[in-house]
Amino acid sequence: MSVYNQPRKRVIQFIILGMVLVIITRLFFLQVVEKKYSKLADANAVLRKVVYPSRGIIYDRKGRSILSNDAMYDLVVTPINVKNIDTAYMCEILRIDKEEFRKRITSAIIKNGSRRVSVFASLLPPEMFGRLQESMYMFQPGFELVQRQIRSYPFNAAANILGYIGEVSPQMLQKPAYSAYNQGDYLGMTGLERTYESVLMGQRGIQYLVKDNLNRPQGPYEKGEFDTAAIAGKNLRLALDVDLQVLGEHLMRNKIGSIVAIDPRTGGILTMVSAPTFDPNLLTGSYRARNFSRLFADTTKPLFNRAIQAGYPPGSSMKPLTALIALDEGVITPSFGFPCFGAYTYCGRPIACTHHNAGHAANLRLAIANSCNAYFVHLYRMEVDAAKWGGVKKGHQKWHDYISTFGLGHRLGVDIPGESPGKAIDTAGMNKLYRGQWNSCSELYVGMGQGQVVATPMQMANAMCIIANKGYYYLPHFVDKIDNDNTELLTKFREKHTVAHVSDSVYMPVIYGMEDVVERGTGQSAKIEGEIVCGKTGTAENNAIVNGKLAKLKNHSVFVAFAPRDNPKIAIAVIVENAGFGATYAAPIASLIMEKYLHDTISVKRKPQMKTLLEYNTLDPVVREKSKLDSLNGASAKMTSDEILKLYFRD
Amino acid sequence: MNRRQQIKLTEGIDWPIMGLYMGIVFVGLLSIFAAEYREGDNIWNDILHLNKNYSRQLMWLGVSAVLATIIWLTDSKFFTATANLLYAGGLLLLLLVLGIGKDVKGSSSWLVIGGFQFQPAELTKLCTNLALAKYLSSIETDFTKLRSRLIAVALTLVPCAIIILQSETGLALVYFSFFLVMYREGLPGVLLVIAFSGIVLVLSALLVDKNILFIIFSVITVLVIYFSRREIKRNRSRLALILGIWAFCSVFVMFVVPFAFTKVLKDYQVRRIEVMLGKENDPKATYNTRQSMIAIGSGGFIGKGYLKGTQTRYDFVPEQSTDFIFCTIGEDFGFLGSLIFIGLYVALLLRIIFVAERQRSTFSRVYAYGVASIVFFHMFINIAMTIGLAPVIGIPLPLVSYGGSSLMTFTMLIFIMLRLDADRQMVLR
Repeated sequence: MSVYNQPRKRVIQFIILGMVLVIITRLFFLQVVEKKYSKLADANAVLRKVVYPSRGIIYDRKGRSILSNDAMYDLVVTPINVKNIDTAYMCEILRIDKEEFRKRITSAIIKNGSRRVSVFASLLPPEMFGRLQESMYMFQPGFELVQRQIRSYPFNAAANILGYIGEVSPQMLQKPAYSAYNQGDYLGMTGLERTYESVLMGQRGIQYLVKDNLNRPQGPYEKGEFDTAAIAGKNLRLALDVDLQVLGEHLMRNKIGSIVAIDPRTGGILTMVSAPTFDPNLLTGSYRARNFSRLFADTTKPLFNRAIQAGYPPGSSMKPLTALIALDEGVITPSFGFPCFGAYTYCGRPIACTHHNAGHAANLRLAIANSCNAYFVHLYRMEVDAAKWGGVKKGHQKWHDYISTFGLGHRLGVDIPGESPGKAIDTAGMNKLYRGQWNSCSELYVGMGQGQVVATPMQMANAMCIIANKGYYYLPHFVDKIDNDNTELLTKFREKHTVAHVSDSVYMPVIYGMEDVVERGTGQSAKIEGEIVCGKTGTAENNAIVNGKLAKLKNHSVFVAFAPRDNPKIAIAVIVENAGFGATYAAPIASLIMEKYLHDTISVKRKPQMKTLLEYNTLDPVVREKSKLDSLNGASAKMTSDEILKLYFRD
Repeated sequence: MNRRQQIKLTEGIDWPIMGLYMGIVFVGLLSIFAAEYREGDNIWNDILHLNKNYSRQLMWLGVSAVLATIIWLTDSKFFTATANLLYAGGLLLLLLVLGIGKDVKGSSSWLVIGGFQFQPAELTKLCTNLALAKYLSSIETDFTKLRSRLIAVALTLVPCAIIILQSETGLALVYFSFFLVMYREGLPGVLLVIAFSGIVLVLSALLVDKNILFIIFSVITVLVIYFSRREIKRNRSRLALILGIWAFCSVFVMFVVPFAFTKVLKDYQVRRIEVMLGKENDPKATYNTRQSMIAIGSGGFIGKGYLKGTQTRYDFVPEQSTDFIFCTIGEDFGFLGSLIFIGLYVALLLRIIFVAERQRSTFSRVYAYGVASIVFFHMFINIAMTIGLAPVIGIPLPLVSYGGSSLMTFTMLIFIMLRLDADRQMVLR
């Protein structure tokens, strides 16, 4: 071993010294020879101006922009240059008095000094801007109009999905996650604006301007050599179809409830309506704060996105899932029948069924078509009592596991914030509820979608996707593509979730049963000419505490469906609160949406039906009286039903 | 009694290294403080509440002092005995992080323990250094044999590969500094020459069109063959060698580099390299370097004075306390201050080499050279990156950049060396 290997030690020493010399030479040139850096850094001579990029635009599935940017104007003032102007005239245009005018000038001087520019009136309403622009020559050079971008929603639709932007709050600025923001910056507060903030915001640029001794910008420094350009935000392309969205919002007017339609092949959400809704343009521009507090206080809760935040008992729409679990566990075959004569009597208090005739549940297809309560509560009991689980507690947990893989009882992770998990009771929950003493009779209602199971409309639509796809789904999501994407935001939506392992042929009785519902059963109002629709009506019982007493309120009307039967292209869930039987309102609404999506038009024969739906009003009279929504809802609320019909039928 | 113990406690410590270590750490604290402190901040309050980087760094310094004391009180044999174990443990930790690591700025190399983030990739430098020293000092190892050399290279490149998988290319590159150690231990010098030529080759492949390069190579080859035709006549294998080099260079330039750029490196890394070479003018990628150069350049000859730098104090430079901490020194203390600061490092490095050469045990010598190589690589790349000489890869400035993992690792690296040096009369294997 060459312990005294002096030459090698020397070489290493020379390498170190040589490379350090490179650094020192570079530093010498940077710090001593080159003078422009010190000039550039001199903050007294160089004004650093942040250039805001334009925010990303959101397009629907057909490339129509549903959220874009609009120009608005601020009136700015340089106090020292305000001389000999007609103050009274300006006050008249701005609708302020002379006292307010003086106050604003004083506060501008206090804030930024009299030589620098301050905002005098921000986001001028169009009529003010028009008058000011005409007479601007009278107020210059003290006053100027400065352009600024705001968000605009050309279709006045999808308010709760798209969300809005707001100024970053001081509390947010304290957190490290918002370290890139400065006071006064805007960022997405809700909806897609919030989830995709990181891609929509773009990259701020910096412009260096030379200032003179009076702090007035004199032009770019070093011909802009050190400027960094602002990079515009990336655009989002949604799976959403804005035509469907507008149609859905029209159909749901004067009702409370929601519509969720998903393309089962991709999990892309085609439309998501939460009614009542509002005009999203209310939350941009000049009257933003006032409108926000009105929306916030409204009795109909328009800011509450019922499609993902409200939970409903899924009702009969749960029955296909109960059947699927039984088939997957192997406790029944499609030919399994149950002798129901109008009630289920094996668990003490009888559970009524709407049918009495013998044989209405002679096999699975008939049981689904006739929506036999007895059949499905019995299936639930067979599932949890199956001998192979060894006890109801394990059996029920197994049932809960199935329900979870169907996407119920937990958040699906849709790409807008605020999703509610819904509810599906597990064994631990049952133990708590019944203090450990329970059996398959205790909560058998879950088999028919009542009791300890609650789902959001989106979860119901997703469950339909599973049936439509015969056993798999993709997580429901809005954004199909981000332009120039280099993020991982969309990866989880490309993953296929397989939930049951039964053969396709086993699905057919369930699907045929649902077809029968629409063809000759309770859901005939959902028929579409030329398409085979598979659906399931539901009536979710609805109890609420009114004046301190538990009262039974009018049922929610529920309808879930998918179409066409072979190679389904759309799965849908519609809920109309307090509207009664599912077939009456939810089914035709679902049908119109599906027809519009599948055929791109609505058959003229359906005009009378649509008119009835548009005019139907389920809002509680007291709620309606108190709500100010009519004045907020903008375009569509002020339209009559005939005006809306003209949009869809030409005659 | 007390007095005797004190004498015993510090006996054998290499005071120059100790002094330089403390000096550099002190400059580091000053710089982090300068990057963060604003007029009117309540310093004592901030230190007590650990809500500023400098107060947290002070805490990490305390932890490091405890670690250093523990190491100083440990028997040197402990390090030779546990070297391989520590190395295996380090690798396990790296693999663990690969599985459950937390994402911080696009790399999954952080473990979160009780609210603190910890980067095992820092610690494995130490483990690898110990393992390399252990291997090269073992009796079975004959470093003139190819087999031993390959094993030594594998020892250093395995952690490197895992760290690349964690998307921390910067930290992974550090492991290449061990080649300097291996060179000292007998790796042929021609490898250094080849490595240098390789760098030139990569740079030219990036800067010049590959077809033009191919023509240049071919022309050079033809000329070389023409001028050495007499020698070739005497010795046919010479021709094969020349043609071999020509073929290798061509394939490298035409296929390997483009492949690496499109398939291996991440988009942002490619962009940073291209920006550094002046090929692309991407505002996003140039922003950090440009701001950093403005800050350092504006320092001038004597600097703006401590806490007077406008660029570093008003958040113009991103990552001010960590990767771009040298900006603070450059701006506040100017060329003169930078020179003294770099001088501290050079003194430390030369002293470590001096200490290394006086060891009797191969283990201690290899270890000490490892420390020198790691510190040198960090220092050179980090400073070069702030002045636009190297692409922006996130590696910290040793003992100066804010960060607990880094400070503790370098403290342990240096104090194990001091311990070994104090016991240099022992023969360690």
